Amino acid sequence: MSKKFTKDHEWISLEGDLARIGITDYAQEQLGDVVFVELPEAGRQVEQGNDAAVVESVKAASEVYAPVSGEIVEPNVKLEDEPALVNQDPAEGGWFFTMKVSNPDELNDLMDEAAYADYVKELG
Amino acid sequence: MTNSTIDFDGTNKGSGSSSVQSSKGYARTSLYDMHLQLDAKMVPFAGYEMPVQYELGVMGEHLHTREKAGLFDVSHMGQAQLFPEDPDSDVAPVFEALVPGGIISLKESGIRYTQLTNQDGGILDDLMVTRFGNTLWLVVNAACKNDDFAHIARSLAGKARLSVENRSLLALQGPLAEAVLKEHLPAAADLAFMQACHADYQGEKVIISRCGYTGEDGFEISLPNDMATNFASLLLKNDAVAPIGLGARDSLRLEAGLCLYGHDIDTGTTPVEADLMWSVPRRRRESLDFPGAHKVSQQLSQKPDRLRVGIQPEGRAPAREGTEIHDMDNNPIGRITSGGFAPSLQAPIAMGYVSAAHAAPGTQVQLIIRGKPMLAHITGMPFVEHKYLRTKS
Repeated sequence: MSKKFTKDHEWISLEGDLARIGITDYAQEQLGDVVFVELPEAGRQVEQGNDAAVVESVKAASEVYAPVSGEIVEPNVKLEDEPALVNQDPAEGGWFFTMKVSNPDELNDLMDEAAYADYVKELG
Repeated sequence: MTNSTIDFDGTNKGSGSSSVQSSKGYARTSLYDMHLQLDAKMVPFAGYEMPVQYELGVMGEHLHTREKAGLFDVSHMGQAQLFPEDPDSDVAPVFEALVPGGIISLKESGIRYTQLTNQDGGILDDLMVTRFGNTLWLVVNAACKNDDFAHIARSLAGKARLSVENRSLLALQGPLAEAVLKEHLPAAADLAFMQACHADYQGEKVIISRCGYTGEDGFEISLPNDMATNFASLLLKNDAVAPIGLGARDSLRLEAGLCLYGHDIDTGTTPVEADLMWSVPRRRRESLDFPGAHKVSQQLSQKPDRLRVGIQPEGRAPAREGTEIHDMDNNPIGRITSGGFAPSLQAPIAMGYVSAAHAAPGTQVQLIIRGKPMLAHITGMPFVEHKYLRTKS
């Protein structure tokens, strides 16, 4: 399925009941060089909108929120050694974690690609 | 995803004295339009709209400054000249009453780093003082400048006259700074670290100071506002020079172990606690004739309760300002005042205050990051060696 987006600039892509989560190109651009990523452990339960991960640039730390509720399945441990992947390939190789979605209806709250593009345009 | 620790306007107190105000009430430097043309990301800082980064980004700008030369707009800082009321006298002994540094001993065109202190020994600001004849040239922090200048004018009324100078200030820092600057201002090449001179540039007076706040060799150039953009553009034409924003300015000074006012030092810290006693000569420690001298003297003989130290996190997580520091038995012993990622070292670094018993280099401590203890140890500073040009052959 195609990606959905949050107002906080996370993307989520659903494959069956498993979802992959990352941050958008706009987000990595705003952050600048990513130097550290803290990922959630497998098995952790998260609610929609909860802090799920931390991404840090030279200057600032930012939270990554869970776009939907569910259970963390796999953190992308590659980011621990190569945090710059978030800048280089935010939409693919720079994903943060996968999760089992507990309530697929929550995806309806999120924007599709076109709506997100409009949203970012408005942010200037 | 949202930012949680950006605080570039954390020390935003004054609105500044610059003549140009934006619609949001922030002041602008003379280089404002140039920053926009260079695609800078602008942020509020100390009452000004300032560039936090340009095209290269914080990491790229930081490394460029260490390898070549970085150009900074620091026109938001306060510049002023202090004259003696009696033109036949020297203003240095008068000004010395407000700071613990050695000002009388300052040679012609010499620059000193010192602090304005209050009656409790707290630091009102840190500043650079240059002697030109019987006058002093002062450069103070942007966020403090209005308070500083009011304090100086009030304290020295009848003895000295302060002329606040509305000029631009550029910093050119890095190993290639001299080679670049001397093409336009040959006098720059004759200066050693912490020396200044006047120079004539297209019929106008500019002040060249061989100093800076990055740990690199470099210069600060004070010039009339209407020349600033042209001069900055001229420097930027050289391939060795890139424009550098406040983001890299902060990471560069942190690697150099230098204090950021409002974060690492403030009215709640003394020069002893801040480990700045290298800037207080023996004569002043004995004469004890500066504001708060009794407190400084007491802390020197009885050891202060806490000290500013360098902190090296052992993991990869940066420890930001405000992070609590615990000893290995989980007792709180202090707090981080500046912390982030060091691009030159590709590792996190920090500075902060810990109880004196835990201040020795090598002491193991724990940093409480997002509720979890992370190992770190106390370390000497700077984190990256200073490259100042101490003598000029």
